[in-house]
Amino acid sequence: MFNYLLRRLATIVPTLFFVSILIFGLQQLLPGDPAMILAGEEHDPSVIAYLHKKLHLDEPLPVRYLYWVGGVLEGDLGESQRIQKPVLDLVAEKLPVTIELATLAILIALSIGITAGVISAVAKDTAWDYAANVFALWGLSTPNFWLGIMLILLFSVTLGWLPASGYVSPFEDLRANLAAMIMPAFVLGNAIAAVLMRHTRSAMLQVLSSDYVRTARAKGLDERVVVLKHALRNALTPVITLGALEFGTLLSGAVLTEQVFTIPGFGKLIVDAVFNRDYAVVQGVVLCTATAYITLNLLADLAYFLVNPRLRDSASA
Amino acid sequence: MTTATADLAALPREISPGRRVLMRLARRRGAMVALGVVVFFILLALLAPQLAPFDPLATSWSAVRKGPSAAHWFGTDEIGRDVLSRVIFGTRASLLAGCVSVSIALALGVPIGLAAGYIGGWVDALISRMTDAMLACPFLILAIALAAFLGPSLTNAMIAIGISATPIFVRLTRAAVLQVKVEDYIEAARAVGNSHLRIALRHILPNVVPPLIVQATLAVAAAVIAEAALSFLGLGQQPPAPSWGSMLNTAKNYIDNAPWMAVWPGLSIFLLVLSFNLLGDGLRDAFDPKSR
Repeated sequence: MFNYLLRRLATIVPTLFFVSILIFGLQQLLPGDPAMILAGEEHDPSVIAYLHKKLHLDEPLPVRYLYWVGGVLEGDLGESQRIQKPVLDLVAEKLPVTIELATLAILIALSIGITAGVISAVAKDTAWDYAANVFALWGLSTPNFWLGIMLILLFSVTLGWLPASGYVSPFEDLRANLAAMIMPAFVLGNAIAAVLMRHTRSAMLQVLSSDYVRTARAKGLDERVVVLKHALRNALTPVITLGALEFGTLLSGAVLTEQVFTIPGFGKLIVDAVFNRDYAVVQGVVLCTATAYITLNLLADLAYFLVNPRLRDSASA
Repeated sequence: MTTATADLAALPREISPGRRVLMRLARRRGAMVALGVVVFFILLALLAPQLAPFDPLATSWSAVRKGPSAAHWFGTDEIGRDVLSRVIFGTRASLLAGCVSVSIALALGVPIGLAAGYIGGWVDALISRMTDAMLACPFLILAIALAAFLGPSLTNAMIAIGISATPIFVRLTRAAVLQVKVEDYIEAARAVGNSHLRIALRHILPNVVPPLIVQATLAVAAAVIAEAALSFLGLGQQPPAPSWGSMLNTAKNYIDNAPWMAVWPGLSIFLLVLSFNLLGDGLRDAFDPKSR
């Protein structure tokens, strides 16, 4: 286990190094002098000179990279030019909102995706199977920002059941919080449910045709027990680990969903930063996202390793 | 002799692999309907000036936010422009973004993946770690960051989407090359003295094309959504030029009194993306030798 963890960590270091180069490189895409752009429209020479010194713009590129990465390693992701606040503080401030949205979305995706996947596999080639496949195609093809607008039209404008936008902290008013979050969470969970449904279906079909399921049936066990206790439990392992890879879809989707429903989270932070030309925030958000993605992948791999006895045994052998 | 020739003619002719794939694809009703919808959108984009009933940029203050009618089938927008004409012209931005960005991703991803898979060693390790780094940044967030630093425009959005989609093609090509390069016919090509470049381009590349075609079709669907998303955020096609994403961005502000402004552009994105997804699924099955 320890050796596996070490091997896995060794592959992460070069990946993180290239992520840092990629994100640092973004700044080099700015046309002309970055200090001129960061200084705003007034182009105050003293501000430009200050930015040159602060960002080490007069130094060669590799030296600037070392300064930047040195700061990142000490937790300094730069400072927002607009709000004059450290980027890390801004990220920490917005992250809980997005985590709540993402958690609700994952719960919705798991309950719809796994249920539809199991039904589709058990009732293969029936109307249920076709309906589940249509649902998956719908989920994969619907732009979530459009789905969000259509849900606002139905549940907020026409029926008046849910608020169209805004955010209330769950610690202030849990009911109002859930009312505001249910639509965006559904929108975000919809696409992931479709992916989970496809993974569950193929994993279940494989497990249902295996010898131990045939044996369970031959013993005369109730079909429900066979499906839920014997088949689903084994089929879920790859589904959960593959589901962790959907973290990227979740964050990409959160950017658009938070924009549609005006939720002050991580996604809205990057969009606002783009429009305010707050490049340090853009870089900081991408860096945090990539690091979180890599960490989650590592955890998913470890979880798969821990629950899969064959992998565990081969590592200890 | 004559009888022998007649017998040979009566035998079924050898079907080429490409033709076999097309025949298998033609048997899939969903994929064929999807292909029809894609062709319909391509024609719409090409013939937009002839098909659109109005100039997509012409405003009319006497027809602001009018619902669907005989004159304006899809209604009008917040400054009196015809929504149907803008949806028709918007097809151009979506299809252009889909095709150009996937072409960029293919042009970058295939040679890099081919080099990684064929050369192996430290070249493979370096390319693989760089690919992992790019894949660690979620597709749309990377595209947003690139579009933000390059500046908002349709061209930059296409470049951003293309670069963001590249690592998938690198990985796919590399994996396919690793499978193909150990085949006997590659060994034979090497034994008769073919150069590495010739082996890579003439013997390996044609054999990794099927998975690339499938992935490219599915990537067009993802690119159409990504372009619409970037335009929705204001980072793609700039107003007043029509694009489905930017039309939705405006429409969300008028959802309570002009819902038709949001319905048609969204439905168009959905139909086009669904069609490319169905076509991609159909192609995957058609290329699969196990499928009948």
